[in-house]
Amino acid sequence: MSAGIDLENVSCDFGSFRAVDNANVAIRPGEFFSFLGPSGCGKTTILRMISGFIEPTQGTIKIGDKDMKGQRPNQRPTALIFQNLALFPLMPIWENISFGLEVRGVDKATRRAKAQALLEMVDLPGAADKMVSQLSGGQKQRVAIARALAVEPKVMLLDEPLSALDLKLRQHMRAELRAIQKRTGVTFIYITHDQGEALAMSDRVGVMSQGRIQQVADPREIYNNPVNGFVASFVGENNIFAGSVTNASDGMSGFETAHGALRARLGALAKGSNIKLYVRPEHTILSETAAAENSIPVTVSEVSFEGAFISVLSKTASGQTVVAELRNDGSATVPDIGAARFAHFNASHASILPDAATGV
Amino acid sequence: MGDMIRRYGPGLTLLVCLLTAFWLVMLVIVPNMTLLESSFRPYLPVTEIGGPRDVYTFTNYLKVFNGDIELSPFGFTFHLPVHVLTFSLTLFYSVVVTLICFALAYPLSYFMAKILSPRSLPTMFLLLFVPLWVSEVLRAFAWWMILALKGPLSWLLMQLHLIDHEVRWIVGYNGVMIGLVYTYVLFMIFPVYNAISSLDSNQIEAAEDLGAPWWRIHLRIVLPHAKPGIASGAVMVFMLSAGSLLVPSILGSTTSQWFTQTVQQWMLDALDWNTAAAYAFLLLMMCTLFVSLVMKIFRVKLSDIAN
Amino acid sequence: MHKIRQTLARVYAAAFILYMLLPLVIMSAAAFNNTDKIPAIVPWKGVTTKWFAALWADDRMWHAFQNTILVAIAVSVIAVIVGTAAAILINSVSGNLRAALYGTMISTILIPGAVIGISTMIMWTKIGNALDSEFILFNPGLHLSVLGQVSYIAAIVMLLVLARLQSFDQGLEEAALDLGATHAQVMRRILLPHLYPAIGAGAAVSFFQSIENFNVTQFTRGGADTLTIYVFSKVRSGISPTINALAFLLIIVTLAMAILYEIKRRRNASVEAAREAEARRAAVLEEAII
Repeated sequence: MSAGIDLENVSCDFGSFRAVDNANVAIRPGEFFSFLGPSGCGKTTILRMISGFIEPTQGTIKIGDKDMKGQRPNQRPTALIFQNLALFPLMPIWENISFGLEVRGVDKATRRAKAQALLEMVDLPGAADKMVSQLSGGQKQRVAIARALAVEPKVMLLDEPLSALDLKLRQHMRAELRAIQKRTGVTFIYITHDQGEALAMSDRVGVMSQGRIQQVADPREIYNNPVNGFVASFVGENNIFAGSVTNASDGMSGFETAHGALRARLGALAKGSNIKLYVRPEHTILSETAAAENSIPVTVSEVSFEGAFISVLSKTASGQTVVAELRNDGSATVPDIGAARFAHFNASHASILPDAATGV
Repeated sequence: MGDMIRRYGPGLTLLVCLLTAFWLVMLVIVPNMTLLESSFRPYLPVTEIGGPRDVYTFTNYLKVFNGDIELSPFGFTFHLPVHVLTFSLTLFYSVVVTLICFALAYPLSYFMAKILSPRSLPTMFLLLFVPLWVSEVLRAFAWWMILALKGPLSWLLMQLHLIDHEVRWIVGYNGVMIGLVYTYVLFMIFPVYNAISSLDSNQIEAAEDLGAPWWRIHLRIVLPHAKPGIASGAVMVFMLSAGSLLVPSILGSTTSQWFTQTVQQWMLDALDWNTAAAYAFLLLMMCTLFVSLVMKIFRVKLSDIAN
Repeated sequence: MHKIRQTLARVYAAAFILYMLLPLVIMSAAAFNNTDKIPAIVPWKGVTTKWFAALWADDRMWHAFQNTILVAIAVSVIAVIVGTAAAILINSVSGNLRAALYGTMISTILIPGAVIGISTMIMWTKIGNALDSEFILFNPGLHLSVLGQVSYIAAIVMLLVLARLQSFDQGLEEAALDLGATHAQVMRRILLPHLYPAIGAGAAVSFFQSIENFNVTQFTRGGADTLTIYVFSKVRSGISPTINALAFLLIIVTLAMAILYEIKRRRNASVEAAREAEARRAAVLEEAII
């Protein structure tokens, strides 16, 4: 029913530009796996290599332990959902959905029945004879999913399919996609630049930058234990302090900065020069008195009310901005602008990380 | 090309390439090369073709300079080879036709693009398309009737007492000009209309708002924007006029001669195909030069003209 | 001041339409005038249909009519196939190759018909002479007119199809391939259906262009007549109001086709508008449910 995908040392060059650099990842059967990264990071190239529209320059792609080299898109057990959905505008909905069966020579009655069953599954039972232009954005989305499922793929590839929808509908469709994935058990590979989407839906996430896979882990791990500065910054906000490692032991380390000596967890890859300390705004606390460690004197410069939380911006003596987030549950007192405070954080909530591993 | 094979497969790609090659090679390139080659061959009896006298020569082209004619415009008298005169007059009158077509077409194109409500536009197009689809020979014939000595135009003007006897309208190049303008003005309207309708009406309003008089708005905003359309219309009208054979044949007078008629005489009356080829090649050169000139003046590319 | 200019523009447009249509009306009206021999509307001598009867009885006209239709069908078929293939090729290549191909194709529209006619004639007869063949293809005749006409009409088809191709989402081809379609299936089920409106328009334009072609036909036809040649030779010698009768019938056919096309276009537009309205309603409903 579903199959795993193995990328082994996969690289892809467009002329002198290396779009994907030595990607290694094993995606498990039945998993909801997301590739997350900014545009141009190589995630779409990976998707197109898996679907067969691009051949890798180097390396091997296996689907269900079978090497896909030389297999054209129409020979692979994958189904792709395009960013713009690519529904066929001149065919009614049921022909759209059963197109994959039509080209395999399935007779009309069977196709019609299958299309109807799939339409019921995606909650659009009455749409069989409509045309694409009669459907709303969300309905088109469902038809695209049904069309991809009709060929019973072992792997579904989704290229930012929700990006055209507005916010509320997008959140609704996330839950629905996830439910369909669980129901069918097909491996989903999802491409997105929206960290919220990736974290909310996926079993595991691969964060990409400049052609390289930076980290593969489940969403909590990605957020709580990013391996480098790129992952930390792309997934969530940070206060960042430059400095140098002093006495490291037991995974913790001292960190000498312009704001004094700090202490934090030492990331496994934190070696060499470009090393910084990262701490999330929600772990940054403002208090009137100095704390025992990791305490930096600041002056509150701006308070912005965001709804569920309140974001307090303050400046250190050297002018660096430090952001602290207070939950809007009545427990925290909001400081006045100009007030002197100490920004501090627990050493176990902060990480010392290198910058991103770059591809070129 | 690799992209194409990936999308359509090797079989279909080959088919597409072969069909295109058939068109461009067998119907365009080789015929024109043959034309050029033939134009340098002498006119010989069949038995001598391929014989010792069948060598490349400029004779056919030099025939243009045969047979002087005496001209005396504005009191100056000078001699000019008759075919050179025909060639020059064809060029001159084609340019005049192009200018008249532009003058007629521009206000209408502007009206259709910017004043007429979009709801009436399809009807307008329908009305304009009908004469376009009626065959050229019939349109020329219609004017042949109208301009006849005892035709409706003379009749109408006499009824209105504007003239007191029937007038021979088809004199000199009059008939040819009237016919060419009527036949080809639509080829100016559509490209100019397309160009103007792509102009954002806000620009016109902004200029009005800034106090520009209407003529300055046209001169500084609409005309520059419509330039590619005008170039395209001008090229079409000129080419069709210079290459027209029907209109000059039907609406020509005893004193008018169009260069295509000369070519036809070599080909079909004199049966001297090689000289006809040379003359056809001269016609082609005139057209090519005109297109290049227009493209240079208007600073547009061939691809802009085709749109 | 603004108002005056607008009114002037309207008057001008009306005058222009009159200028375009009046000659056709005069020509048509003459078909019904009971004159003898010379077509005219003044003086009017009463209504008659005798010129239509005379036209009907004219064997040469029928023969020319038949030739015209055959040539037009042949030209449409070949030009549509070749032009569509050329458009697909142009759409798939880029850079200098595209510019060179496109330039060559477009230039055929600008080559004077006389040049096309003469060059086609010379080339095919030369090939015939070189092969020492009496095969019909190598002699003057309407088949050469077909080839000559195709050489520039294919470019018109190419432009129409290319314009339609540029609105084509190549993602649809990829989606079909991804769903397992073969290249031939993609062509038949996805690309060609998208192109049909342009191909249909191309066929219609080719047909009309072929019917009205004079220049190419004149130089290649040998002795054969087409309708245009027939009308031309009648106007030159032996003019009679039968030509007006023919003109009237052709104008009526043209008008009827134009109106049919417009009705079809409006119907399609209203169907599409209804669909879009439904999609908007569905979107509103969707929003309400979430």
